Amino acid sequence: MGRYALRRLLQMIPVLLGSTFLIYVMVWALPGDPFAGRCGQRPCTDAYIAAQTAKFNLDDPLIVRYFKYLGNLLQGDLGQTFAGQNVSDLVARAYPTTLKLALVALTIEAVVGLGAGVLAGLRRGGYFDNFVLVSTLFVISLPVFVIGFMLQYGLGIRWGVFPVTVSAGAPFADLILPGLVLGSLSLAYVARLMRSSLAENIRADYIRTAIAKGLPRRRVVGVHAVRNSLIPVITFIGADFGTLMGGAIITEGIFNINGVGGLVYRSIRLREGATVIAVVTLLVLVFLLMNLIVDLLYAVLDPRIRYE
Amino acid sequence: MRGLSRAARAVAGAATIALVATACGGGSGDSGGSSPSAAGKTGGAITYGSCKPQNNLIPANSNEVCGGRVIDALFTGLVDYNSDDASPQNAVAESIESTDNKLWTIKLKTGWTFHDGTPVDAASFVDAWNYSAYGPNAMQNSYFFGPIDGFTDVQGEDKNKDEKIEASEAPIKEMKGLKVVDDSTFEVTLSTPSSVFPVMVGYTAFSPLPKSFFDDPKAFGDKPVGNGAFKLDSGDGDTGYTLSAYKDYKGAKPKIDKLTFKTYQTPEAEYADLLADNLDFIDQVPPSALAGDQYKQDLGDRQIDKAVGVIQTATVPIYDSKYKSPDLAKAISLAINREQIVKQIYNNGRQPATGWVSPVVNGYKAGACGEFCTFDAAKAKEFLQKAGGFTGTMTYGYNADGPGNKEAAEAICGSISNALGVKCQAKAYVDFNTLRTDVDERKMTGLFRTGWVMDYPSIENFLVPLYSTGASSNDNDQSIPQFDALVKEAAAADTTEAANAKYEEAEKLLATTMAVIPLWYSNQQSGWSSKVSNVKVNPFGNLDLESVTVK
Repeated sequence: MGRYALRRLLQMIPVLLGSTFLIYVMVWALPGDPFAGRCGQRPCTDAYIAAQTAKFNLDDPLIVRYFKYLGNLLQGDLGQTFAGQNVSDLVARAYPTTLKLALVALTIEAVVGLGAGVLAGLRRGGYFDNFVLVSTLFVISLPVFVIGFMLQYGLGIRWGVFPVTVSAGAPFADLILPGLVLGSLSLAYVARLMRSSLAENIRADYIRTAIAKGLPRRRVVGVHAVRNSLIPVITFIGADFGTLMGGAIITEGIFNINGVGGLVYRSIRLREGATVIAVVTLLVLVFLLMNLIVDLLYAVLDPRIRYE
Repeated sequence: MRGLSRAARAVAGAATIALVATACGGGSGDSGGSSPSAAGKTGGAITYGSCKPQNNLIPANSNEVCGGRVIDALFTGLVDYNSDDASPQNAVAESIESTDNKLWTIKLKTGWTFHDGTPVDAASFVDAWNYSAYGPNAMQNSYFFGPIDGFTDVQGEDKNKDEKIEASEAPIKEMKGLKVVDDSTFEVTLSTPSSVFPVMVGYTAFSPLPKSFFDDPKAFGDKPVGNGAFKLDSGDGDTGYTLSAYKDYKGAKPKIDKLTFKTYQTPEAEYADLLADNLDFIDQVPPSALAGDQYKQDLGDRQIDKAVGVIQTATVPIYDSKYKSPDLAKAISLAINREQIVKQIYNNGRQPATGWVSPVVNGYKAGACGEFCTFDAAKAKEFLQKAGGFTGTMTYGYNADGPGNKEAAEAICGSISNALGVKCQAKAYVDFNTLRTDVDERKMTGLFRTGWVMDYPSIENFLVPLYSTGASSNDNDQSIPQFDALVKEAAAADTTEAANAKYEEAEKLLATTMAVIPLWYSNQQSGWSSKVSNVKVNPFGNLDLESVTVK
């Protein structure tokens, strides 16, 4: 398993290089001169453009510029915005908030989603099962901003149960409501995936064997059925965590969270190439790592899977 | 700074930081609104809804509303503007005088200090202006110093013929038009006479800077030390800034003693906090609350709909042979039913324009555009015939990133094609930046959306940067020699009245070409919480910090 993990880690290097290059090319290929709208409805002065062009090596061919960027990146320098702010500062301020929000959302979706899925899967066709199916269908059909505005208005403005927006520093208590909104869709998927996966496994041969061996029901369900059924769910949650780390523009907007989603959105609009590239590169890294962790978890969950 | 980006925003109508109302909004009140409740107590804290500044908080490098309103609270310039009628009044300046509108002698009041205790003297202004104008420092608002004699010398050398300049080189670092006479006096020589100079210097780019700025401009941008009514205690652009009243402030002191600018990602979140009374003031309620005048129901009398110094126009690409004829431009202008569009698209949240200058500034006279800004389908057809008709499809380019832009563009096109019988199509650009790229490169093949937000409250600001020959924002290269001559005379005029008369005359000349078609003036719908009173919105659309009180 150690060798497998090492091989996977090494494989990340070319993937990361390739994706940063693609991102770099695409960001600078965005239509529109970065200086065209910068100074409002009048062109920036030549001196301003000249200084910025020199700073960002905009006169060099794209490939040269990319390698210069990569060189800085390897030394831990993520570059600067046009206004001279360090991109690393921006990222360092936005990422912890996004990470916290992602963890809250992930916890809610895992705990509630798995719980509902297990209960529904065990009592298929029952009252609770039907309730889970109908309610998750309802959640899936609603756009996130509808859920967000509804909960914000009801629980925040009307009844004052939760804070309306997230205050500075994003304490965990403030993030519960946004986390719930953000996790609601995935929660529905997790519940449904878990339910169908468990319902299928519960009728598998090895479960019948376990029952025949006289194992207590709790152990049959807990160790044999649920653990094996977790595989598709873990795959989903892993990918979902990556998505959450990419920021949630809509939820961040509704609850005023200073996260990665808003940062990328603003940076794209302002043609702040350096920021976009830094955040997206980090995101690629997060996805790759999450994939690796999920793959390794397979072996833990299902003893039939081994990595050489 | 803030003015600049107001320019940007007016056109962008950006969703996140919209200064300009995008959908509807009732009534067209234009008085500085104040809450009816009795005068509040002195002291107390208010929270002001804001957005993330795009740049560090250096006065000459911040050109949008988000940073601009923080800088406004932190800095006081030579003059500031009356919060009712935008007329300039001396602030740090004791007097700004000239006999020829070219050599200005500025005397400063004594006793003003920066928040770090150092005095505000003549050098604070001269050094700041020199730094801001110096090309290699790459300050976004450097062109504001363009009228000062010697500005071109500090821009860096023109090394290559193809307009590229080498950044790091400009041997002359100081403009020869600036001269410190003594601690409280300095002289400014302009390259050409300008009667609006005393109005212009109220713009935040002309703020003084303390000595500490020059040691480390970058650190200063994170925590600026100004000379304004408030000083910065803590904060950053991501979450907001906390300010407190500056005890040794020599100008009109505010009644509140703490002011927080809270950064919001979206106007919707801002509005939700206002409804929950977590926030005390927002400049502009979001489009969702404007729909059906929802904000009036939500806020009762805690809102105001007020005219601000913004105008929207449609520019005709007269450099394209198809659009060369002034008669065609007149036909198009006559074919736009402004009253109807303002009512249907903006729910009367804007006023149909009758000229090129916003009603909020000194020197405004209604009706400069004459007959051409009034809808008249028959006359429009007449002018179209005179122009020899129009073949093909007319287009109207707009940036699709501003909410409401699409609806307005389609309404304008619909009105044109109904009245003229010409095919007209609204042409979407992804965002403001993409639209401006094509505009700057003179690639437009149809009408396009333009707008202007005043930098400083003067009729001159709505005319000279936009319509004089070769001006920085003259987007279709129109040139009316008589207009140029008149604004030059106005700049040299002895009195403001005489200057304004000349500017008004010049404005009327724009109707001869109609190369830029006035559409409407903008209003802004602001709201406040139940915790504050004496709320007044100034002509720039910001909360008047001097008069606001906490209940």
